[in-house]
This record gives sequence, C-alpha cells and structure tokens, in this order.
Amino acid sequence: MLAVELNHRLSDFELDCNFASSARVTGLFGPSGAGKTTLLRILAGLLVPDSGRVSLAGRCVFDSAQGINVPPHKRRIGYVFQQANLFTHLNVRHNLTYGAWFTRRRSPNAQPHFNHVVDMLEIGALLDRRIARLSGGERQRVAIGRALLADPAVLLLDEPLASLDAARKQEVLPYIERLSAEFDLPIVFVSHQLDELLRLANRHVIALDRGTVAYSGPTAEFLTRPELLGAGHFRDAGALLRVAVDAHRRDYGLSVLDCDGQSLYVPHLPQQVGENVTLHVRSSDVMLARERPSEISALNVLSTTIEAIEADGNHAVNVRLRAGSRALTAHVTRLSCDRLQLVPGEPVYAVIKSLALAEQAWQRQYAL
Amino acid sequence: MLDEAQADVLVLSLRVALTAVAVSLPLALATAWFLARSRWRGKIIVDALVHLPLVLPPVVTGYLLLVGLGRNSPAGGWLADTFGLVFAFRWTGAALAGAIMGFPLMVRPIRLSLEAIDRRVEDAAATLGASPPSVWLTVTLPLMLPGVIAGIVLAFARALGEFGATITFVSNIPGETRTLPIAIYTFIQVPGGENQALQLILISVAVSLMALVFSELIAHRVKRSQELA
Repeated sequence: MLAVELNHRLSDFELDCNFASSARVTGLFGPSGAGKTTLLRILAGLLVPDSGRVSLAGRCVFDSAQGINVPPHKRRIGYVFQQANLFTHLNVRHNLTYGAWFTRRRSPNAQPHFNHVVDMLEIGALLDRRIARLSGGERQRVAIGRALLADPAVLLLDEPLASLDAARKQEVLPYIERLSAEFDLPIVFVSHQLDELLRLANRHVIALDRGTVAYSGPTAEFLTRPELLGAGHFRDAGALLRVAVDAHRRDYGLSVLDCDGQSLYVPHLPQQVGENVTLHVRSSDVMLARERPSEISALNVLSTTIEAIEADGNHAVNVRLRAGSRALTAHVTRLSCDRLQLVPGEPVYAVIKSLALAEQAWQRQYAL
Repeated sequence: MLDEAQADVLVLSLRVALTAVAVSLPLALATAWFLARSRWRGKIIVDALVHLPLVLPPVVTGYLLLVGLGRNSPAGGWLADTFGLVFAFRWTGAALAGAIMGFPLMVRPIRLSLEAIDRRVEDAAATLGASPPSVWLTVTLPLMLPGVIAGIVLAFARALGEFGATITFVSNIPGETRTLPIAIYTFIQVPGGENQALQLILISVAVSLMALVFSELIAHRVKRSQELA
C-alpha cells in the first residue's frame, strides 16, 4: 500500500528512507527533528526529494528515474496538519466542501458522504460557524472532515493531536480511531507519543531516527526494543497482548481476561464479555519468581517459559517469556537473574500487579 | 455648486487617479508576489527600484519621465509609432506619473499581507485538489484582500495628490493635465484666485475623505467575514 525509497538532502539534514507497509494504519514514530514531517511532505508532494520512488495506495506518484512527479493536487492525499490550517476566510461548511469543489467530477455522488462525515465527527452544529469561533479540538475535527471529503486515496495524519491539551486529545482520538474502519482508507499516523501510536497503529510501525529508518515492522516487536523508543519512552518497552474479556468482577471493580487459559486481572473495562482488548504490559512491571508465590498481593501470576535472556548493557537483562502463544518480557537486574539462575528453556512465574495495567487496556471495538 | 471648469478638473483628476490605480494594480500584485515569495538574492535591487519614487524628489522623477518618454526620446517615439501611445503633455502622462509615484505605496501593504499568510494553508488547499491557480484565487487572494484594498486606497490618494512629477512631465494644460493640485496651485498664483482655490481645496478634502471612508467600510466587511462571527 505504501512503498518509499528516497533520498533528500537539506542544508544540515539528510533524509534517507527505504520502507514498505501494507498495514491499514502505519505508525510513523520518532523524536522531534527525526524527519517525520519532511517525509510526510514528500509523500504529499509538497516537497520534491532529490531522488527515489514513492508509491501510495498502489500508485506510483514519484519516481526520479522515470521522471514521474505527480503534483500535490493530483495525488489524492488527505493531509491533516499539526495545526488545523483551516481557511479562516471561509466558514466550517465551506471548509468542508472545499475539496469536493475540485473532486466533484471524480466523485459526483458525494452528498451522502458529506452527511456521514459530519455525523461521524459530530460537527453538524458547527457548520455555519466562523473558524475563529472554534476550539482547538473542533478545529482539528473540521480539518479531518475537510481531508476526508476531498475523496482521498490515503490519509496522512501529522501529529494531529500535538497542538491539543490532554482533554482535547481524548476528545479527538476516538474519531481518528474510527476513520480507518469506517472509510476503508490506508492511514499514515505520525506521532512522537507512544500511547497514541500504540492505540492507533497496532500493526505496523516505522521508527525514524535522524533521517533514517531505525525500524520498520510489527508494532508488537517494535515495543520489545527499548533502544527504538527513545529517552522519553524506553521504560514503556514491553509486550502487546491481544486477549479476550472472560468475566467482570464488579464487586471489586475488576475485569478478568483470558490469556490462553490463565487469568489476568485488570481494573474494570467497558468491554462486553467475549470482546477483545489489547493490553500493553511494560517489561519493568513484570517480576519473576522461581516458585509460584503464595500470599502475595499481586493478582496476576502467569506460568511461563524462558525463551531468551538479553543483556541491555546496563547491568540489567530483558527476559523474553512465553505464556502459551503469548510473548512477554521482564526487565530485571543482572543480580536477580544470577540469583534465580535463569536459563532459557526453564519455567518461571511472571508476576504483574493489576494496577500496573490500569491505563493500558484499550477499547478495541474497531478492528484495525 | 460646481461650475463647469471645476467639474472638468474633478473629472480629469478622478480619471487620472483611477487609471493610474487600474494600470498599476496587476503589476503591483506581481511585484508584491515576487518580493514576498522569491528567494532570488537580487530581489533587493528590484525592492530598491520599486521604492525609488518614494525617496526621489518628485521633480526628478518627472524630469526622468520627460527625458525617457518624451516624443523625441527613443522609447517615447517607439511607443507613439507602434501603439499610438503618447505620454508627454497628455492626461495619460499624468496617469503614468501618478501610477509611478503611487506604486511603492501600493506594493508595500500587498506584500506585507502576502508575507503574513501561512504557507501551510496554501499547502492544505493543494492537497485538497486545488491546482496552483485555484489556490491563488480561492485562498491567497481572499486572505490578502485587506492589504490589496489598503494598497489601492493609498495609491489612489497619492495619484490624486500628485503634483511635482506631473507638472514637470506633462506641464499644466487646462482640460488635459490640469489636475486638482495643479489647478489649486494655479489659482493661488493668480491675484484674486483664492476663492476659486478654496473651493477646489474643499473638493479635494471631500474626495479624499470619501475614499478613506469607502476603504474602511470594505476593510471592515472583509475583516468581519474572515475573523469574527
């Protein structure tokens, strides 16, 4: 769906990328200055790279060898910027219909689509407002709607939540989650916030670092490599577990999840029994024990097998574990590792506090 | 209220000033665009040339026009032979002098409003399917409209009040090049002409005020439609 191979040199920065992704939502992760926005501008055609090839949704839009360079207005890109960049001289309705004005010939039956987008983003009450009278979250929703209504072949979201405070983020995030499923669009989601990225791009992640691709592959594997997560997020390294809700213990405010026959207790989730959730288990939240601990406050004790032990260079080790079909990682000191005499292939018990999983169970009612 | 001679002066002045504005507007838009958006280093020379009439004594500008575009000059002769366009001692010359003197005043606010536009808004329009000319018409031009209006009003006022360059270039010919300021000057020079001069001065004040109020009204409407509810 997305294939990029390019080289572009700016005065003191070089972008050198080679990756492909066929996921519905491709996450683009990296610290500020890694080249995320530059890459996105190249995808949109707003910046012409020195050399390379870009193909979007199966269509070649740039190939320096063959002299192909489709201009931005013919690429069918829905680009949502960090700042909404709305047209302040037009009201909300005319911002939304701006793209349709140019794409009318291509998609003449756009009117039902308009109502659908307006309903989904819940901006019906804002249609006759001036842009200056919108809040930050409303602006970003209008910007998403404007991009959708231009009949894009692919949606580029450049940190659409970065300019919003925490409350506004929670307001906009669910709408973005719904986009891919409801409009059958490939999405490239850019963020330097790991939680946003895990929530939206749980299949494929591309990590950029100083202009080069440090990682391109499954999100779950990405999460096992703290060196990719950067200084702000290395403590979030861990595992993504996709598990089903088994039962609710409303008397204790807990939900029970089924992890291949073993139970996991987490703070209460809104999902129905039988629905799937994705759980982010940080490796620093996982303790190890040789024998099944009794009389312990932690509710989750999983019987696992050690797959591998990797030194992290800091007198600590990452112990890769397997519980049934699930992979899990524990981050423990080298001293603990030696005292417990941990060896690959042997059984060990993984202990996780329920409350450590408090904010990491996400609603997954939309299969991405 | 107005006698026929006064009406002639007023009509001529308006014709000269409006022609000056109409002719210089497209050129001013292009120049402002170039100065705001070009990354060519030599644009500082263009910038200086555009602003030259602002700092040169108007008489010097008028004299340079006379030498450069007079009937006997190569450029003036060529224009007269090829297009039948004669500037020297004609109202067209007065309009040209007004246009040149007003040009820097027109370019400046247009350029400033252009520089104030966030390029990413134009990028957004492009990704939504608008070709470069469409982006210009539907986004750039509306957003820079207040600057364009300010430029038009300033240039109109400047052309209406042009004296030094005009009288040097096209002289003081009744019905052809005797615009309001030149007519006022002429009456002041004649014994007993003060009364006539005063009436023309009042007309000048009225026209200038009307132009100001008109531009304020338009600017207010534009601003309201862009920013407030």
